[in-house]
Parts: sequence; C-alpha cells; structure tokens
Amino acid sequence: MSVERKSLYLGRRGGIAHWFRSGEPMVWLNAGAVSFALLSVFGLLWLLAWHGLGHFWPRELLEFSVSREGELYTVLGEQVSRERVSTDQLRAVGVRTSASGKWELRRLVKRGNRDFLDTDFAWLLDSSIVEIRRPRAVMRVERLEWGNLYGRLLGIEDRGKPVATTAAADEAATWALFQALVAENEVMRAAIRDLEGEEVGRINFDMERLRLRERRLALAGEALPAELAERRRALEADYEVARQRLLTLYEQSERYSYRVALADGREVTLPLGQVVRAILPNDMGVLSKLNYYRVRLWEFLSDDPREANTEGGVYPAIFGTVLMVLLMSIMVTPFGVLAAVFLHEVAGQGRVTRVFRAAVNNLAGVPSIVYGIFGLGFFVYGVGGELDRLFFPEALPSPTYGTPGLMWASLTLALLTLPVVVVATEEGLARVPQSIREGSLALGATRAETLWRVVLPMASPAMMTGVILAVARAAGEVAPLMLVGVVKLAPTLPLDGNFPYLHLEQKFMHLGFHIYDVGFQSPNIEAARPLVYATALLLVVIIALLNLAAVALRNRLREHYAALDAPV
Amino acid sequence: MSRASSPEWWPRWRRFKDRCATLVISTGGGVVLFTILMLFVFLIYEIMPLLRPATMAPQPPLALEDVGAPAWLEAEEYGMLTFILAHDGTARFNRIADGSEVKRIRVADAGQQLVAASRRGDGALALGYEDGSVRVIRGSYSYTIRDGQRQVKPELDYPWGTAPLRFGESVVNRLAMGLGSELMAVQFASGELALWRPPVTTPVPEEGLPAPQPSPISLGVQPGAASLHLMDDNRWLVLLTAAGSYQLWSLMEAPVLAAEGQLFSNAEVLTASTLLQGDLSLIAASSAGGLYRYLVTGRGESGRLSRVRSYDTAGVVIDRLLPEHRRRGFLAFGEGELQWFHATAGERSLRAPLALDASATVALSPRSDRLLLVDEQGQVRQWLLENAHPEVSLTSLWRKVWYESYDEPAWVYQSSAASNNYESKYSITPLAFGTIKAAFYAMLFAMPVAIGGAIYAAFFMAPSLRRRIKPLVELMEAMPTVILGFLAGLWMAPLVEDNLSQLLTLIVLLPVGVVVFALLWSRLPLRLRGLLPEGWHAILLLPVIAGLAWLALALGAPVEQLFFGGDARSWVSTELGLAYDQRNAVIVGIAMGFAVIPTIFSIAEDAIYSVPRHLSQGSLALGATPWQTLTGVVLPTASPGVFSALMIGFGRAVGETMIVLMATGNTPIMDFNIFEGMRTLAANIAVEVPEAEVDSTHYRILFLAAFILFVFTFGLNTVAEVVRQRLRARYGALG
Repeated sequence: MSVERKSLYLGRRGGIAHWFRSGEPMVWLNAGAVSFALLSVFGLLWLLAWHGLGHFWPRELLEFSVSREGELYTVLGEQVSRERVSTDQLRAVGVRTSASGKWELRRLVKRGNRDFLDTDFAWLLDSSIVEIRRPRAVMRVERLEWGNLYGRLLGIEDRGKPVATTAAADEAATWALFQALVAENEVMRAAIRDLEGEEVGRINFDMERLRLRERRLALAGEALPAELAERRRALEADYEVARQRLLTLYEQSERYSYRVALADGREVTLPLGQVVRAILPNDMGVLSKLNYYRVRLWEFLSDDPREANTEGGVYPAIFGTVLMVLLMSIMVTPFGVLAAVFLHEVAGQGRVTRVFRAAVNNLAGVPSIVYGIFGLGFFVYGVGGELDRLFFPEALPSPTYGTPGLMWASLTLALLTLPVVVVATEEGLARVPQSIREGSLALGATRAETLWRVVLPMASPAMMTGVILAVARAAGEVAPLMLVGVVKLAPTLPLDGNFPYLHLEQKFMHLGFHIYDVGFQSPNIEAARPLVYATALLLVVIIALLNLAAVALRNRLREHYAALDAPV
Repeated sequence: MSRASSPEWWPRWRRFKDRCATLVISTGGGVVLFTILMLFVFLIYEIMPLLRPATMAPQPPLALEDVGAPAWLEAEEYGMLTFILAHDGTARFNRIADGSEVKRIRVADAGQQLVAASRRGDGALALGYEDGSVRVIRGSYSYTIRDGQRQVKPELDYPWGTAPLRFGESVVNRLAMGLGSELMAVQFASGELALWRPPVTTPVPEEGLPAPQPSPISLGVQPGAASLHLMDDNRWLVLLTAAGSYQLWSLMEAPVLAAEGQLFSNAEVLTASTLLQGDLSLIAASSAGGLYRYLVTGRGESGRLSRVRSYDTAGVVIDRLLPEHRRRGFLAFGEGELQWFHATAGERSLRAPLALDASATVALSPRSDRLLLVDEQGQVRQWLLENAHPEVSLTSLWRKVWYESYDEPAWVYQSSAASNNYESKYSITPLAFGTIKAAFYAMLFAMPVAIGGAIYAAFFMAPSLRRRIKPLVELMEAMPTVILGFLAGLWMAPLVEDNLSQLLTLIVLLPVGVVVFALLWSRLPLRLRGLLPEGWHAILLLPVIAGLAWLALALGAPVEQLFFGGDARSWVSTELGLAYDQRNAVIVGIAMGFAVIPTIFSIAEDAIYSVPRHLSQGSLALGATPWQTLTGVVLPTASPGVFSALMIGFGRAVGETMIVLMATGNTPIMDFNIFEGMRTLAANIAVEVPEAEVDSTHYRILFLAAFILFVFTFGLNTVAEVVRQRLRARYGALG
C-alpha cells in the first residue's frame, strides 16, 4: 500500500507551513520511532558483546607513578575505564585535587593483590599521574583465592629453598619453570577435584543413604541387620583411603612457592598451588593473546565458578538451565498438545470451550511471579511436604521434596509456558484443512486414527515451534525460579553417577539467576561485572538461537502447507 | 495382514482405541483446565484465612477447691497449666486437663493480704501488700519431652529478690510494672506516687539475707489512680483516674510531668484501661460506650497523649479490658458480652455473649488460643479461641493507619524489623502505588516509541523491510528481563545520574532533530530524494539518530552550564527540592519501557495492518495525504486494537519483576517523584516470600499481592482480548 500513496506527493514543493500541515513531519517522527527502537536493540547487543567478550582479552599492564599530597607511589594494573567527573563531587567526598577546571578525568585501574591492598580497584586522577610505563616483565596471575595478582616474578622456592631466581639473569628459564610447575599443578588439581567430587562424593552419598535406611528401620521399629554396620565400616575404610590419597596430593601441591615483587616494592612469597594461570601480558604477541583468549573463553563455558562466582566459569549454570528447560519441555509438551487437541478437535465449539480457550490465552499475560508463588505454596510446601510425609519420613525434619528444587522449578515453568504451547499447537491444528480430516474419515478411519496419522503429523512443526518458544521463554525467566529452586551456588550437579543419577529434589544454578546474583548480591561487584556481561551475552545468544529456530521452523511450516491453504 | 482379512475383533479393537484416545485427550484437557482453576482457587485458599472472623468454642469447666475469686490468673504457654494467685497470697499451679494441683507456694506471710497486682512485659508480676511492701514474682515453666509428650514443670521466680521490699507504711493502692521488670511505679493509699528500680541482686538470693533495698523516687502526692501504666520502654508513666483525667510523666531523665488532661470529652468516666503488647498503645474505655486508643507523641516534656483511633463497641460500655500477649489485640468485656478487637486493624473480629462478674478474673493464654475465667465459686471456665490474622482488615490494607511511634496516620508497608516488639505494617497501598508508578513511567516511554513504530511499520514501511523488522521485534520480545534489569541497575543508573542534562537534551533533541532533518530533506532536489526507496525513512534515520545522540552527549555539558548551574544532579535536589535515588523511576521507565515496546508494537502493528485496504485507498483517491488518511480513516478503525495493545503492554509492565527488583531501591514509598524509586507488588513477592514463615500473616499478604496481580492482569488481558475479537469481527464485516 505504501508504494502508490506517495508518488503523488513527492513532486510537490509547497511552503513550510504546507509541509507541516500535510503531516509529513509526523511520518518522519514515526519512522524515527522505528529507527530509535532498532538502534537501541543493536546498541544493547553491542554493549553486551563489547563488555562480555572484551573481558577475556588480556589487557596491557600499566605502571602508573602517582603523586598524592607530594608523595609518589606506584600502581600496577589494568586500566578498566576512564571517565569525566566533576571536581565539586570529588571535593565533596574529600578527594584533594590540584586541577583548576570544573571537570577532571579519572581512570579506574584494576590493581588486584586483594590480599595485600584493601581493595582491588583504584581510581586515579589524571592530574595526579606523573608517568605511565609499560614494563615488559610484569605478570598477571590468576589465583584460586584473593583474585588476580600483579607483580614481577623474582624466583621459585621448593619448600622454602630457592630453586630459580630472576636475579641470576636467567629470567626466561625461571618463567618457563614457573609455567611448567603451574601446568603440573593444574593436573594435580584436576586429580584432587576428581577424587573429592566423585570418590568422596560417592562415599558421602552412600553414607547418607545408609543413615536414612537405618533411620527408616528404626522408625518402623525393626532391628538393624548386621550387614548395615558392615557396610558402614567398609565405607569408612574407603573414606580413609581416599582421605590419605587426598592428603598426599595436597602435600604435593603445597610444595612449591614463588616470590613476587609487588608494585609498591614489597616482596612476598606465595603458594604456587594457588595459581590457576599466569601470563606476561606486555610480552605477548597477537597469536599468544588469541590463544589465551580461547583458553579463558573455554574456561568460562566449561569450568566451575570461583571466588563467590566472580571468577571462573558458568558451566553449572548452563547445565542447570539446560536440564531444567529439558525437564520442563518433557512436562509441558504432552499436556500442551493434549489441551490443544482437546480444544480444537474433541470438545464441542460451545461457550465453555471458548471460555476455556480464552482463559488459557490470558494465562500468558499473568505475571511470572504469580506462578512462582503458586509453585512455592502449592508444589513445594503442599505437594512436596505431603510427599515427604508419605515417602521420606526418615529424613524429616529436613525436607526432601518439601523444599525448592529442580522438579518444582520445571513444573512451575511448565505451567508458565503451557499457554505458549497450547496456542501454537492450536494454530497448527487450525491450519490443517478440514477437507483432509473429512477425507480421512470418509475412507473409514476412526477419529483417533485420523488424528494420529493425518492431523498431528501435519501440525507437528507448529508443536515444535510452540515448544521452542516455550523453551526460550523458560530459559530467560528468573523471577519464579528464585522462589522454587535456583541457588547462587549448588555444590553438585543434579545429574551425576550416584543412583538414581537424576536428582530431582536438588537445587540448581541458572544463567539468569546467576546474572542477578552476581550482579547484585556479589560483595565485589566491580570485579564480577565483566563476567555478568559475558553471562548475559551467553543467555541472549542461547535465547536468540532458540527463537530463530522457532521462526525458521514456522516459515518452513508455512511453505510446507501453503499448497494446502489453497481453496479446495 | 490386509485390513480386509482382519479378524473379527479388529473393528472392536479400533473402536476401543478410538474411545481410549478420546478419553486420554479429554483427560489431558481436563488436567490443564483443572490446573488453571487450581491456580485461581489456591491463591484464594491461601488468602481466605485473612478475612475469617474469630471463633470461640466453650470447653468443659473445671472445679478447683478453695480458690475463691483470685487476685491474678494466667495460663501457661501450651494451655497445660493455670497459675492462680489468691488474695491471701497462695499461688497455685493446676493442670487444665483435669484440674489437679501441681504446685502450691505462698507468696505472702500469714495474714498479709494482697491488694494489687499488675503484670507487664516479660511476665513479671508485681504484688503490693497491705503493709506497703512490694514483691515481684514470675511464673516460669521448664519443658521436657518424654515419649513424644511435652511435660511441664512450673516454678516461681523472684526477679527482685525473695524478700518483700518496703517503702512506705501506707497501703499499696496501684502498681505498674515496666518492660523487662526494670521499673515499678507504685501509688500508695496516701496518694504518694513513687518509682522503684530493681535492686541489684544475685540471681538466686540466699535465704535469710535481707534483700538490698532499692531507692525509690517519689513523685509527690497525686490524685488517686484507677490505673498506672509504664509505657514505651519505661519512658513514660501514665496515671489514669476514675474520673477520666490523666497525667503523663516523662521518665527519660529526671521524672517530669509532661501533660495533664482529660481522656474523654463531656463528662465521661473511665471504666477500664490497658496497655497493648509493646507498651506503646493505651486503650481506654468510657462510661458512654467509647473505646479509644491513645499513643504518646512528641518527646520529653513536649510529650502528649494523643487519641488516634476509636473502636465501635455498638454502644456497649466496656468495663474490663484484656490485652493479648503477642499481638496488638485485646478483649473487651461489658454488659454481658465479649468483643475482640485488633488495635491496628481496628475491626471487631468477635462478638459473643459472656457475662463477667466484677469479682471474676479472666486470662488469655500467651498464644491467644485459650480464654480462662475464674468466678467467685472457684469454677474455672474455659474457651478455645481462634483468630489467626486479626492484624489485617480491608481498611488496614488500603487506608491510612496511625501506627505506634508515628506522628500521623500513614500508608506503611514494613513487614519486619530487628525489634521483637515491632508491629508489622501491611499496607498494600504503597505497593500498589509503586506498581502503578513503575508501569506509568514505563508506558510514558514505551507508548510513543511503540505506537509510532507500529504506525510506521504497518502503514508506511516498505513491505520488504517490514518482513525483516517484524521478526527482529519478536526477538526483542524474548530478551530476558533479567538482562534488561541488570543493564538498567548497573550500567544505566550511574550513567544517567552523571548525565542527567545529556538525557534531557536527548529527549528534546531527538524529535526536533528528526523533524529538522525531514524538513531539510524535503527541500532537497527531487532527483536526490528519489534515490531513497519508498518506506525506507527508518533506515535513513538510523545515522541521523545516532548523530543526534552523539550531539546530545556533546551538548549536555553546555546545557548543564546554562540551565542547571553546572550540575544537573544537585540542581534537582536544590532547585526542584526533589530527592534523587540513583536507581529511580527514570531508569525503571526506560528499562521496563524497553521490555514492553515489542509487545505493544507487534499487537498494534497487527491491528493497523489488518485495516482493510480499500478504506485507505479510497481516502487516498479522494486526495487526502497519507497522514490524513492515517489519522482520519485508518487509526479510528484500528484504535480498539491499539488500545488493547496498550492494555496488554500495561499488564506486562504491572507484573514485571526482575527489572523493578534490579533497577530500583525497592523502598515502598508513596511519592510520584520521577527521581525516586518504588517497590512493586511483584518485586515485593520476590524479595520477601523466601523469608516469610508459611501460613503466617506475612505469607498470606504476599499471596494476596499475587492474587491482586493475577486478577488485575487476567482481567486486563480478557478485556483486551474481547476488544480484539470485536475488532476482528468488524474488519470481517468491512472486508
């Protein structure tokens, strides 16, 4: 319609008043609304990508000489940002500035070394910086605790005895030895993790089951069979073995330490076992930087979080999100499809059906938090509490299912996304021409056979679309999950090697909640912020992919049945 | 096997399968329907107890030997024991189940008669003797669990020492015990008023040693009191006379008479008075059937006793008041009936006939689940009471309430605090207000962008472009709100705080700049303009808007100098006098507006796009400009659809949780100031439900909030849906 309407108008060149009267400016303003929305979306995505992906790139280390009240001191770290700030504001918080203007530039520098300085970030006023250097041999060490360390490597010690020093002019060899030890240490840590996670985890799990079994027998008033005590002894012996092995490993990992010179001139000795990885950022080529980037990106996707979720990866959150969404689709698909088939194929199209359909549709507009509180009150406390009383009396008063967990979270989200599946499936069913159903029935098929062999296969892409949209919605939903099952840090994954393998009663981690938690409940927000951006980007990418899949599927479906829509 | 040669059971098997399938499908549909109903029913089921009136069920009476009308009566925590103190100083514990006596202690020497007893705070009981001495006792109970049964062992403590404390020679007339038994006010028959602090005692004073005598502070001879009350952590002493006059003493430093006056207007006489739990509220009943609540307002010498509320007794003159132990509720007796009020909610939750002689004694158990009455004959009558949520009433949820420690009635939502004595304040109004405020500012931002965009996309945009924009918008709709909330709270809030003038410049500059650009564009030679395909304005504007945004950033500083004295942030607080929170309604408005734009856009766009073409074509053919066609023909036709888009968008904004949770400070304030935050119903649920005790009033209030959200959004969506259905029918008729 838009093509024919303006050509008349284009040629006319009236006065400005005429131009305004014609409404042309309003058209432009409306166009501006579209452009504004588009720009905001792209800006938002760019913002996430910039901050999220930039985090893994090794930044240059800068050494600032700063003068404060006549005293000169040195700060070593990564420059995070630079901003303008009003001098009044600075004075209001008691910062003395020498600048005369109204505005001052300042930089946020991540200087790390939280165990030696009180904060790991520092604001430096540009006016107070005397000199900026880019020293070559400064290293950035990621550690298991206390965040990053920045400094110069002085030497390596083996149980207190120096084995290599940079002072002996053998800088490269010391660095190589350091890297080799870090790599060795990595292997050892993996062994410890395996031992603690799997072996000890299994023993603890069996112990707990044994305890519950004894309790159950005691509750039933039966005598404890001797084999239980034997089993317990065997487990305790297993545990002792595992503990010894762990002790040995720990002892080995504590063998080496390294000496570092900090920016303020202090020399400290730190355990090498705490080092995750170390680099000399100012001494790296593009290729090694790229490699480092790849390693850290992979760590982010595949590793457990460290340091109150502000470092490390988000693997458990990805796992939890995916598992929860899978369980949810297993629950929502059959019921959604059945309800849609019922509405469209079985029930008479009377007033009751119309009301039912409207109710299902309108459920989509009910706030998710309402589902959350319903899930908590009805599923967790109601159904879960009842299940506990019936089937798990031995664990009481600590609840098994009467507490938020994976199962209730999936169930609540299944309820939340039910309208999505119902509406999409009904739409698909409505697209199947009536003539096809009639044809099938005329050939003698029963209604069930018509449904199963003719109608449902034709509507299946619509169902898939519905399920994908439901999954996309569920993956991004956080508010209800906060009430029915997510936690900031789950000690174990809900899927493991211990019977029954899938632990529906366990709490789990979730990407969306991870964003909320790390961004807003973290003690060190500044340090956690880049990771939150990265997590947000990951979530957006997952959801965008799911949605694109749904759109593609829907388009294919439309093409596939385009012929069927033609008048018969 | 071909169907033709199928065995004879085959058709029956097929029919069976068909019936089974129908059954399964209907069951599935039924389950879904049931679940939807369940959602609704369960919410109601959780909030119904809030509005349930109190109940009272009589229990078989007990007959105790030689009790007479006691001086004091109380019930133990779990309703297992009674503690009865007779006027002759015999304290006894009896089992409520069978009346058997568990323990008997004498707390008066032979011949001494008890004349006054008053109990406050931690359960300490002050006894005044005829000879002018006083003593403090306290019934204490220790529990053991044996065979799953709770066993109780009563004991009598003497917090101020076992020996009576002597002050004057005169008979004790009235007593008041302060909170934590740290202060005692005494009035003797001579009219002398005195304050006593507890002696420093070893926990268990040794037998035979004289108790250290505390030094009393005399307040001089005062009018004879009908009752004495120590209020607010012993900060105030209130003396009430039978004639209805009061004295208010401030005890903060040296005791000083802060105020004197009449409790009632006219010549009404005081018939009963009591303090409520927390010792902040005084309830007094008058001879004309009035029943009032008083609070002390002001501090020190400027303290006043203010009447803040009256309770409707239906004309019944109350002559006895009995406060609850753990809530701001009280029982009022008079003219042969019992009425149960809650001071904050202000409603009567029970009215039942119950005759109470002047000499009979009544007591409420600490859990307010049992009422005991001992009459002159020593018969113990008892009732089981139930009143789960008296603190909530329809008026207290929505109207202003004058809470303790407040200087005026207010809407307050504050569910918990550190202090034990704290009264939870559940006014839904600030939350509902916050919800509307957040949604309002979101719509303020979203409406022009979404509707303008929808108009352009549906009516002016090139079809090829439209096909690409639509899925993009749908994608935007799927953006998790937790990401928007995170960006709003951590990125945008500090940015906006530092760049207020830039934001303002942007808001003004964007439309002006676009119009100016359009004007310049229309002055360009036709040859150049022809290069832009029809309906691609939006793409042409992309760099323009980006440029304008950059310009706004650059112009921000001069604008700030020119209009806001160089600092917009402080200009807001000094010149406008508005408080500024970093996470405020501007941030919520933008972030949540962003979340609802796609919803509104896509529904409104559908409505405008489906307007039958021959209408607009007719209009254009008659010579109307496109814009005239749009405003004169298309929009009037599509307006119900646009309206329903707005309603659905509004519904979404009302229920949004994460953005509000992250982008505001979540303070439940009642202020429409755009630079302050709010707390919404949804965010409140998310914040508080994990800590709320199951089935407590707090828990049910949160369910009520959820119910309000549910009904509101469900209703809004239903109306929007009906409007859209009608519109569809109309298009059908037009086409």
